[in-house]
Amino acid sequence: MVESKEIFKIVVVGHVDHGKSTVIGRLLYDTKSLPEGAIEKVKRISKETGKPFEYAYLLDAFEEEQKQGITIDTTQIQFHTKKRDYVIIDAPGHVEFLKNMISGAANAEAALLVIDANEGVREQSKRHGYILSLLGIKKVCVLINKMDLIDYSEEKFLDVKSDMDIFLKSINVFPQKYIPVSAFHGENIALRSEKMPWYKGDTVLDALDIFEKDKEITDKPLRLPIQDVYKFDNRRIIAGRIESGVLNVGDEIVIYPSKRTSKIKSIEYWQEKDRTTKAEAGMSVGITLFDEFFYKRGEFITGKSDEAPLVGDTFKANIFWMSENRLTVNKRYKLKLVTQETECEIAAINKVIDASTLFSNDDAKEVNTNEVAEVVIKTKDKICFDEFRNNHVTGRFVIVDGYDISGGGIINGLEILDAANKFIKGNVELQITCFDEYYYLIPSNEIKKVAVERKSYKIGDKLPINGDTYYYPDNFDVVDLNNELSALIRDGRLVDLINLNDYEYKGYPVYSSDGFLANVKNQDDFINFKNDFKKSKYDLVDFANKWYDPMANKRIVYKAV
Amino acid sequence: MDRLDMLEAESIYILREAYKSFGKLGMLWSIGKDSTVMLWLAKKAFFGHCPFPFIHIDTTYKIPEMIRFRDKIAKEYNLDLIVYTNWDAINNGMGPEKGRLVCCKALKTDALQHVIDKYKFEGLIVGVRRDEEGSRSKERIFSERNKDSEWNYTNQPPELWDQFKTDFPKGNHIRVHPILNWTELDIWQYIKRENIPVVDLYFAKNGKRYRSLGCAQCTGQVDSNASTVDEIIEELKHTNINERAGRAQDREDAYAMQKLRKDGYM
Repeated sequence: MVESKEIFKIVVVGHVDHGKSTVIGRLLYDTKSLPEGAIEKVKRISKETGKPFEYAYLLDAFEEEQKQGITIDTTQIQFHTKKRDYVIIDAPGHVEFLKNMISGAANAEAALLVIDANEGVREQSKRHGYILSLLGIKKVCVLINKMDLIDYSEEKFLDVKSDMDIFLKSINVFPQKYIPVSAFHGENIALRSEKMPWYKGDTVLDALDIFEKDKEITDKPLRLPIQDVYKFDNRRIIAGRIESGVLNVGDEIVIYPSKRTSKIKSIEYWQEKDRTTKAEAGMSVGITLFDEFFYKRGEFITGKSDEAPLVGDTFKANIFWMSENRLTVNKRYKLKLVTQETECEIAAINKVIDASTLFSNDDAKEVNTNEVAEVVIKTKDKICFDEFRNNHVTGRFVIVDGYDISGGGIINGLEILDAANKFIKGNVELQITCFDEYYYLIPSNEIKKVAVERKSYKIGDKLPINGDTYYYPDNFDVVDLNNELSALIRDGRLVDLINLNDYEYKGYPVYSSDGFLANVKNQDDFINFKNDFKKSKYDLVDFANKWYDPMANKRIVYKAV
Repeated sequence: MDRLDMLEAESIYILREAYKSFGKLGMLWSIGKDSTVMLWLAKKAFFGHCPFPFIHIDTTYKIPEMIRFRDKIAKEYNLDLIVYTNWDAINNGMGPEKGRLVCCKALKTDALQHVIDKYKFEGLIVGVRRDEEGSRSKERIFSERNKDSEWNYTNQPPELWDQFKTDFPKGNHIRVHPILNWTELDIWQYIKRENIPVVDLYFAKNGKRYRSLGCAQCTGQVDSNASTVDEIIEELKHTNINERAGRAQDREDAYAMQKLRKDGYM
């Protein structure tokens, strides 16, 4: 019988030189998890480079890493306790390798956050803490390292602990433990330290075993995002990984976003021993359905009685940006969410946060490298997802800019976008896009309407009647035939908002709420215009072509993206 | 799900992503235990079919049993097998005596580059594992190579949540590593669980066996009496000897593998 234990993945994060790789190296050494010759090789490298012996070299395998004493890229190494198998992920501390730190941390279930007792909380201690909270890693243990440099002082330990605790609480991270250690000397790593008799808690090794694995993923609603559809033989197999929940042959299912329903006919297999009628979260399966319609990669299969996923093209998200190219609004990116891929753009940047200081900027127009932001994302096609707090896997996504994965994010909820600016009088609102700009974008070579900052105008407010790409007269009327409202603009200000039935043509030009000039020259024209609209509800194209001049008062201006 | 179930599910997911993402995809098969397990995983992922060609880079210095095993399995599994040898280099006298790193580059790296150019592969599935060697431990699952097969290991792209890199400039290609997170012990436990045929050279005869297979001249045996899969598993649980201890090219330089791999070695 092959014994196979559960795997638990832990990332080690923290500020540069606070001792992440040393903690891991020492853990491996003390648990005798290293192959023969590994320590000798490290000793030889120390001698060749003229540097003191470092446990860190066990993980920092690249020549550049060993010669410069830094961790450039994340790595994983395994070791075992009696309880289970561990994958320990080492993450770089240098800010320029934050994308590698995030790559490592994104795979983890729990984290050890290492802080130098002498230096205390530093920039990356905070930034890494913040990233953990964004990635949804709630199981955190803080190691206060290099206790030997502060004479194993309990007082200083408590000072650093208190500082870190205040910061972490402010970002909703609640560490399970704070452990004073000296990784280099092996104090409180695998063995209890005699140098710190005042510390009665667990060693790092014991603390690892106390972390509980998430079990609830099979109890969540079924989410099987379609990865591919195979027709190698007479079977038409839907392949994919079950991200949450359980499925059984015979279960009734719904496929989102189309909402088509069917029933699971079989779970397919190659080897007879893999024959089964039940599959659960984590498994890569292939199924057939009773109803053979067109299934597409990206669609979600869920149980008929399960809570439905959210379906939409606009959602609120927290993102972290890893690219050197800034994230900007109105630029096209690719969004990947489980097996879905679609074009997207950032509809709004609500807030940009410097993750190391928590300084927040509500007026930011772009997101720089290593910043975190709250944004609204609009996708070209409707996609399926869940809120991150309900389902981590179906609630997170990456953004691809050009060839590169440049950002990652988690979804906080569907967003119904206020599509337009508004004229407001009391509780009456007229939505307008007449102040949006029309640009010819270079290098994408296309004309695009670019929404202006969302704003509401009250009676008496001055209006932006001259933009980059439009110019309205001082006096004009805006009519919204759909909602039967009209706005009167005099001397560049909104003076009234009235019901369309009360509107009378007074000789001022009439525009649609999109800013298109209507061919209305007198009250009779206006009546015809209104009646024509009512008749043409199902053919607005003909109506618009007959009544509007889209280019009056507008021009197209070139703009770099 | 236990450990092997999780690793299997992850590898199958990766293989299917690779198959979906790249028009021209091939799998490297070195005939060793790792890539033979990978071949098995591919059969599972695609329900008994292998929808891409398998590539064996034959240096002509391979141990003869390996070649016999290759041809037997290829026939049994009905594989679309591409065997490629850099005959230009061989005919010009290339061999291990010219220097091991030079020889590896010519007969493996350059040969691989020729295959990529000839078949215009966009994706290559490779059976490397993190626990084999330092520079492999730092790999991405989907790892980009430029048109000269070079690996920019100091500036690797982020890889989050199985969202792999599938966009790259024309001429570049992606190495896909479905068993990156497996260990040597996982491989043998899986071989046992699935009853996967492997080449006989791994099993001890006269107190010696191969732990890692390469070219005959550059691959040494280790002392062992493990003559069954069970005995190998038991041996690995207690050994402190490095898996690649028998591989001569690793000893040429402390960073030999990193240097080879930067230039396109597997």
